[in-house]
Amino acid sequence: MAVKLVHGFFDPWRWLLDHQKTRLSPGSYGATASFVGTMRDFNEGDRVEELFLEHYPGMTERELEKIVAEARDQWRFLDALIVHRVGEIRPGEPIVLVAVWSAHRGPAFDACRGIMEALKHRAPFWKKERCADGSRWVARNTDGY
Amino acid sequence: MSIRVRMFASLRERWQIDQVELKPEGIATVADVWRALTGETMTDRVLAAVNMEYARPETPVHEGDEVAFFPPVTGG
Repeated sequence: MAVKLVHGFFDPWRWLLDHQKTRLSPGSYGATASFVGTMRDFNEGDRVEELFLEHYPGMTERELEKIVAEARDQWRFLDALIVHRVGEIRPGEPIVLVAVWSAHRGPAFDACRGIMEALKHRAPFWKKERCADGSRWVARNTDGY
Repeated sequence: MSIRVRMFASLRERWQIDQVELKPEGIATVADVWRALTGETMTDRVLAAVNMEYARPETPVHEGDEVAFFPPVTGG
């Protein structure tokens, strides 16, 4: 299990591969599910030029670790990785990676979705958008469906 | 010893408080801390944590605790 906050650009596929190579033994897993969240250049009808992601150092990591531990109790997967950006983010850049490895596809798919939804609801991150006519805090996340 | 209080995101900007130390006299709960700083009653638009664990307005607060207030989260 690994939780990582990163400042600056990250390549989610590189992180996924590196984690898989160093933390999982070949043949132990039969399924890998991943989710990558990427910054859009529009929100609520406006063009967004830049995003600032604030977090609560210490609590954010702790909450993410709790989310992974609870998901593992529920879905019994082999391993999981969360990588999340903080600080300034440009449109088109990845914000979050969730990857889950398990023996069969069910737990990998379900835990990947479950971790992502829990992160959206509980992990202490706050987005501030910069648009052409000024900055604004994002009031709430979309429901994602 | 005092109670350390932190605010994040829109609440920090609204109340102009990043981090502040509060004397524990007269403070028993998270809601008491909020009232001491803002003069207002906590609403469900304000989330709180005590020592980096989610807390409720009625959660007890003790000397040496870190209490944080923040708006609904918007990560991912």
